[in-house]
Amino acid sequence: MTITPSSLPSAGGVAGPPDGPGGPGGAGISDVGAATSSWREFWRRYRKNKMAVVALALLIVLIILAVFADQIAPYRFDERPLTKTTAPSWDHLFGTDQIGRDIFSRVIYGARISLRIGILATVISVVIGVVAGAVSGFFGGWVDTIISRFVDVFLSIPYIVLAVSIAAVMGRSENTVIIVLGFTGWLAIQRVVRSSFLQLKELEFVEAATALGYGRWRIMFRHILPNALQPVIVYSAIAVGSAILAEAALSFLGAGPVDPTPAWGLMVFTAKGRLKPAPYELFFPAVAIVITVLAFLLIGDGLRDALDPKMKNRS
Amino acid sequence: MTAYIIRRLFQIVLTVFLALSFLFVLYFALPGDPATLLAGGDGRVPNPTTIRQVTDRYGFDDPMPVQLFHYWERTLQGDLGQSYQSGRGVTDILKETAPRSIRLSIWAIIIEIVVGISVGLISAVRRYSLVDRITTIVTAVASAVPVFVLAFVLQYVFAVIPEKQGWPDLIQFKTSGRGDDSWVLFFIPTGNTWRYLVLPAITLASVTTALAARMMRGSMLEVLGADFMRTAKAKGLRDREVVVKHGLRNAMLPVVTLIGLDFGTSIGAAVLTETAFSWGGLGFYIADSVGRRDLPVLLGLTTVVVLAYAGINLLVDISYAWFDPRVRLGQGSAK
Repeated sequence: MTITPSSLPSAGGVAGPPDGPGGPGGAGISDVGAATSSWREFWRRYRKNKMAVVALALLIVLIILAVFADQIAPYRFDERPLTKTTAPSWDHLFGTDQIGRDIFSRVIYGARISLRIGILATVISVVIGVVAGAVSGFFGGWVDTIISRFVDVFLSIPYIVLAVSIAAVMGRSENTVIIVLGFTGWLAIQRVVRSSFLQLKELEFVEAATALGYGRWRIMFRHILPNALQPVIVYSAIAVGSAILAEAALSFLGAGPVDPTPAWGLMVFTAKGRLKPAPYELFFPAVAIVITVLAFLLIGDGLRDALDPKMKNRS
Repeated sequence: MTAYIIRRLFQIVLTVFLALSFLFVLYFALPGDPATLLAGGDGRVPNPTTIRQVTDRYGFDDPMPVQLFHYWERTLQGDLGQSYQSGRGVTDILKETAPRSIRLSIWAIIIEIVVGISVGLISAVRRYSLVDRITTIVTAVASAVPVFVLAFVLQYVFAVIPEKQGWPDLIQFKTSGRGDDSWVLFFIPTGNTWRYLVLPAITLASVTTALAARMMRGSMLEVLGADFMRTAKAKGLRDREVVVKHGLRNAMLPVVTLIGLDFGTSIGAAVLTETAFSWGGLGFYIADSVGRRDLPVLLGLTTVVVLAYAGINLLVDISYAWFDPRVRLGQGSAK
């Protein structure tokens, strides 16, 4: 549980929007005409961060594991080749769990669940957060007051408590976790997007667009948004990682998916009382969580370096 | 300044009021039949008398606004309700558990400040050195390790293995509970309590310490490049003095703010840590009451946590305004 909304303001500060007229930030994204070369430029910068490249490779492996779990895993996640727990061996690389299920297979299937939860929850929170933040920052006035107060109210409830409470009421399932994380994750994004919009809407290019007679929604989403997306993109990568962590935490607190779902957090939770006789039951899913989350955090770092090179020396 | 505090106070009271009302409605109005859920929950079938009692106790037959009104009436009188499982008053549970959580977090904060700040400082001053590289890697990994996984790793390495291998007494720690649970000056452990305290304190501190170290490093690097640092050096001050007297002070500000803001993260971490170590504090009981669907306890404890969180945020805001007049005057934060 690391990247909760409270740590976001610093993320927004690090990869903030351009702070003056004609600032270079965001040019790589909004410059639609030179798409190919800006992609190449992006990749050239991203590549400089070696850890981020390794992380990207890891993510690709994870995605392959998740997509082809049926073909790669030697057993199905709910199959019980044995009847009790056994230590890792050539037959069962990661050993088997308490009721004899192959842990290696379950960890592979778990990639599917973690990625699905992480990505879908992030998509939900980014969409809501960006729209709410854009409307809030662009229109200001009472719309902004209502949205921002609303966000304040939910941010005043500690994240884990809020997520666990909603999950407890909604019942335990994978979809619940996605919804809970999606609807708690957008709050922080709203704040970042809102403050970007507050700065950007004062700049000359907005004035120019207004003078050209473009409508407000067009200016909002076609002109300002591309320039405000940069911190959001960086945050999204990190948010997938933190959603996966949050899923694990919810599972651990008994508010996540239920058995036989091979969610990593749930596997750790199930194994926790059996640390002495069977540490491997806990070790492998735990390592899977750490590697996956780390991959997303490092990709976030790489994106930040690539999208905003002037910030690189700051952290 | 006073006007600012009053304005913030008013906002916070309103926010907390809405937040708690939301939680109340969430806990008591959303599920199909709250009385049944309260009395049994999780598919169990409670007997009708119990359901009747619960319905009367919480006035589930009343319309929602009335229920909400009664909730506030009770809460403002300091009545947080009773546990459905044990019948104990939530205030009682609170008196017992809150000190435990506070002790644990005092130690976590001590670790965070001492370790986080010094590691971040060294890392910044010796940039790109081996120490810096190790710090960067460790802090990155620390933010990717779930709190409870760290808890189990520590338990395995410092409690399970030492016990199996018969390591010296000094490095044998305990995995759960609080031991003698005896304290001097509220937070200094006596007897064998420290064996129980060390691992959860480190676990709880891990996340925020990593954040503080990273923040400190970034903040210090920025300060090191500032003009006044060059001036200080040019005046002929020794490196040590320049770093500590001129650099550290200026770099500390954002870090101190972060430590305050991290309180929310810490609450989440506390719920997980206390559960993993069966510490029996507020966080442990929050998780426990979710598991048992003991909604009165859950609501009562979250009420307190939300209030504490709001209080800390107010303090952070006030200290912010104290240090930075722009905030107080209504600029800065808005733009």
